[in-house]
Amino acid sequence: MTINSLLQLGFFVLVLVALVKPLGWYMAQVFSDRPVGLDRVLGPVERLIYRAGGVRPAEEMTWKQYAIAMLLLNVAGWGVLYALLRLQDVLPFNPQGLAAPDPDTVFNITTSFVTNTNWQNYGGETTLSYLSQMMGLTVQNFLSPAMGIAVLVALTRGIARRSAATIGNFWVDLTRSLLYILLPLSLLWALLLISQGVVQTFSPYVPAHLIAPTVDSAGAPVTEQIIAVGPAASQVAIKQLGTNGGGFFNVNSAHPLENPTTVSNFFETLALVLIPAALCYTFGKLVNDTRQGWALLAVMLLVFIPLLVGTTYAEQQGNPRFNEFGIDQTASALQPGGNMEGKEARFGITSSALWAVATTAASNGSVNSMHDSYTPLGGLVPIWLMQLGEVIFGGVGSGLYGLLMFAVVAVFVAGLMVGRTPEYLGKKIEAYEMKMASLAILVPPAAVLLGSALAAVTPAGLAGLQDGGPHGFSEILYAFSSYGNNNGSAFAGLTTDSPFYNIAGGLAMFFARFWIALPVLAIAGSLAAKKSVPVGPGTLPTHTPLFVFLLAGVVVIVGALTFIPALALGPVIEHLLLYS
Amino acid sequence: MVYTVVCQLCRSDGRGARQSAGRQFAAGPQRRAAKKLRQPPTDAAFQPQHLAPSLVDASTLRKGDVVLVEAGDIIPGDGEVLAGIASVNESAITGESAPVIRESGGDRSAVTGGTQIISDWLVIRIGADPGESFLDQMIQMVEGAKRQKTPNEIALAILLAALTIVFLLATVTLLPFSIYSVLAAGQGTPVTVTVLIALLVCLIPTTIGGLLSAIGIAGMDRLIQANVIAMSGRAVEAAGDVDVLLLDKTGTITLGNRQATAFLPAPGVDERTLADAAQLASLADETAEGRSIVVLAKERYNLRERDMHALGATFVPFTAQTRMSGVDLPDGRQIRKGAADAIERAVQQQGGQMSAAVRSIVDDVARQGATPLVVADAGRVLGVVQLKDIVKGGIKERFAQLRRMGIKTIMITGDNPLTAAAIAAEAGVDDFLAEATPEAKLALIREYQQGGRLVAMTGDGTNDAPALAQADVAVAMNSGTQAAKEAANMVDLDSSPTKLIRVVEVGKQLLMTRGALTTFSLANDVAKYFAIIPAAFATTYPVLDALNIMRLATPESAILSAVIFNALIIMP
Repeated sequence: MTINSLLQLGFFVLVLVALVKPLGWYMAQVFSDRPVGLDRVLGPVERLIYRAGGVRPAEEMTWKQYAIAMLLLNVAGWGVLYALLRLQDVLPFNPQGLAAPDPDTVFNITTSFVTNTNWQNYGGETTLSYLSQMMGLTVQNFLSPAMGIAVLVALTRGIARRSAATIGNFWVDLTRSLLYILLPLSLLWALLLISQGVVQTFSPYVPAHLIAPTVDSAGAPVTEQIIAVGPAASQVAIKQLGTNGGGFFNVNSAHPLENPTTVSNFFETLALVLIPAALCYTFGKLVNDTRQGWALLAVMLLVFIPLLVGTTYAEQQGNPRFNEFGIDQTASALQPGGNMEGKEARFGITSSALWAVATTAASNGSVNSMHDSYTPLGGLVPIWLMQLGEVIFGGVGSGLYGLLMFAVVAVFVAGLMVGRTPEYLGKKIEAYEMKMASLAILVPPAAVLLGSALAAVTPAGLAGLQDGGPHGFSEILYAFSSYGNNNGSAFAGLTTDSPFYNIAGGLAMFFARFWIALPVLAIAGSLAAKKSVPVGPGTLPTHTPLFVFLLAGVVVIVGALTFIPALALGPVIEHLLLYS
Repeated sequence: MVYTVVCQLCRSDGRGARQSAGRQFAAGPQRRAAKKLRQPPTDAAFQPQHLAPSLVDASTLRKGDVVLVEAGDIIPGDGEVLAGIASVNESAITGESAPVIRESGGDRSAVTGGTQIISDWLVIRIGADPGESFLDQMIQMVEGAKRQKTPNEIALAILLAALTIVFLLATVTLLPFSIYSVLAAGQGTPVTVTVLIALLVCLIPTTIGGLLSAIGIAGMDRLIQANVIAMSGRAVEAAGDVDVLLLDKTGTITLGNRQATAFLPAPGVDERTLADAAQLASLADETAEGRSIVVLAKERYNLRERDMHALGATFVPFTAQTRMSGVDLPDGRQIRKGAADAIERAVQQQGGQMSAAVRSIVDDVARQGATPLVVADAGRVLGVVQLKDIVKGGIKERFAQLRRMGIKTIMITGDNPLTAAAIAAEAGVDDFLAEATPEAKLALIREYQQGGRLVAMTGDGTNDAPALAQADVAVAMNSGTQAAKEAANMVDLDSSPTKLIRVVEVGKQLLMTRGALTTFSLANDVAKYFAIIPAAFATTYPVLDALNIMRLATPESAILSAVIFNALIIMP
């Protein structure tokens, strides 16, 4: 590791932690219905939305009503997006005259964007019209993280309330997270990105004359190149902030018009984990004990930082086979050194590795380098971070509520060891909560392992492979880890626009999203109905380093026990073969 | 799952024990002769020998029948005393060995079938048909009582089930992964089902399932060292998780016998005179209360114990009729001590009066939860001796210790709420249940259990049996009734009620051991991956031998070692 990369990583973590409190405090204000400043401008809009939608904001919902409202919105959103994409050839804002994609592709895209996964089996600029991108995908880019925040806030209320039947109003939570959090932040980020040169236009694609003409594969001369443009900055902002990850262009944030400079790269990387990290503080504030929020953030950092350092180190080691050819892979003033395959020269190893780790820790999935080209161990980290259940930062809202499910299990395990009925934040954790938490924790690994197993032995699954051998297995494992945890990033090598991957992946994304959100809401309802147990001598404090290590241990051990065999056959074998 | 079956095999409590407790009750009052009277005696001054009872089978008695019971008889059924006064041994029901007085009228007129008359006689009107008696109700309540699974147990079951699913997924998907790997590497053979089963057996927490019973037995063994016989390991386990402790007042919180704590003289009487008279009256009284008066007088006024013979005194023993005892001295003094109303009657017979001041002292003492004992010399009331339940030394600290452990203590007593509150405050318990009936105890336990708490209780009487059967941890005193022992899931051979605290400690240790073993077993699974994965893929990916950090020689030996290790670890 070079000093330069240590400084870069350190600076990133510092800025992130410094922003947690202000943003977290602001979001807590939003959900405590306190004045936040913006409400003077947006208050009338908010009320207008309620009036138009027939929502009575003071009317609260039980967890079941809340869940039904959430599902209704998803079903409706799914239907609209599916229709939009299938009909894009006859709808306006399609200057390139792009055709409608196949039904299975559209099924996959739709499910992917509704579930906050944003797996892309298509190239944005060659497949989707401006209307599809803006009215279809961008709408879901806003709705899916807002829904994640709403479910988290509902769970938080369940923990904070006593003997209550209701956990808030879904429509209000959704509207407030959209209006006061996601929209203003995206606007701010879009402006920041535009200032760095990210494109934002409705003009058709731009032809450019090549300075040095070349020939194509058929030998025909090429003198002109079509440069894809479009309203990118607005979508890139929310794609980063809302842990969506679906790029405007096919190569995502490795594209110079999506991520032109080091500064834009820094802000885009920061946006990957900003809201998930700040929500920890919001959680602490809403349960009236900010130490709890800091403890959860500490758990995330405790897993995040070593893995970040690990990937950066693995990439800087480079490829041992190159040494045989006398290639110098050490970092120097003139070269970054290490494994630069698949990485943008603008960003280099550290910024690429940081992005790769942050995008898979948070369930974002956008990329600024090709993960397929990472060293085996460098690539293992992103796979494993997804397999941990997207709880290290994770998706907006969904990451923290996923981690809270692990917290339920952790207090349970602790209770088991000392013979006490477990409590979390004054709420007794009983068999019902434990069952729901187990369900939420078990569904993603099941989707990952069963999906990969199916793909590894069926001709349809094997058909998409670019590479054979253990790396091919890593590609399959990466794809299903990404589907099954709503991440959306890809190992690239695998061609997934086939009916098999479209349908199997779509189902995995669907289960991973809703079979966590529903048990979480069930727990929220059950906890809200409980009385609060006063902190007694028998209470296990959940803000101490002991608990931080316990919770991180539970997350890591569950992830290790589930995935060691699969990882051993993919990245680990690759690494051993590379060095043998 | 496998471990559930294993656990059930090693746990013996359940309906079986309760049913046998039921039979134990039922064996009592059946097939016994009763002296049935044709009608209740009409003449107030009748004597029992003038009545002409007919001998009938006790089981034929019906509600409204009238029977005569005399010293040594067993009362044939529940009923109300119509005439007579007698001391009755109710230990078969209450477990307390001291006899109680039963007489007509007032709150001491109810008698219970199966108890024995020790002195005098009673005429009783049977108040319940067969099948409706107190004992039958107890049987019903015991059989209706059902122990819940402890939260800890449920927790573990869920955790183990979830882990089993995880391991099942990891193992089952290994077959397709290995088929792919063989294809990709172009060498070797896919893992065999045998290897996969070996891996699954090593991984899934069967070890913990097997260990659970071993830990339970170890816990039972620990308790035997403390002279407690636990009927099941599950009970010991539940003890570690207990959060409410029901303790019988008598013998647990208090010394069990009331003791004299103060002499409160009547106006115009010297306190020393009262102490002297009280001591004289108690010299031949061998009850604990009597001894405590002698001791208190000696401590306070240095009054030496005198010899009855040297004084030429005659002892007047306590009888159910007079309800007082004392001495007659050669100089004509007749010193008596007894309940306020009994002494008042005696004093009035001798032409004396009990002053309003003494009555107010009596009321004050009663209000403080103590028992007033009035002392009189011939026709003159000397004063009141205050008898108090003495709270055991150090018990308050123990309760404070329990509170720190998060356990709530509740005192159970038959006393009135006033007395109970006074003792509860002195002993430092969190709550109390006064005038406790078997139904009230059962209801209290169920209420706590519905609130998700685990309840432990000690008891010794048949009237405790339903509550014992319901409590999650029930410790019966060895000196208690058979029914109580059957209903409980632990028996304390020392009959020491504070033993419950020790039981809770052992239970906690047991839970911690189990938690530690669970954690160890899971951490161990990571090691098993390192043994089996390289072995399973030895032909496909020989380089995977780098993961064989234990340097197991061949794939066969690696898999065998893992399975054998897995089996050995179950052995305690």
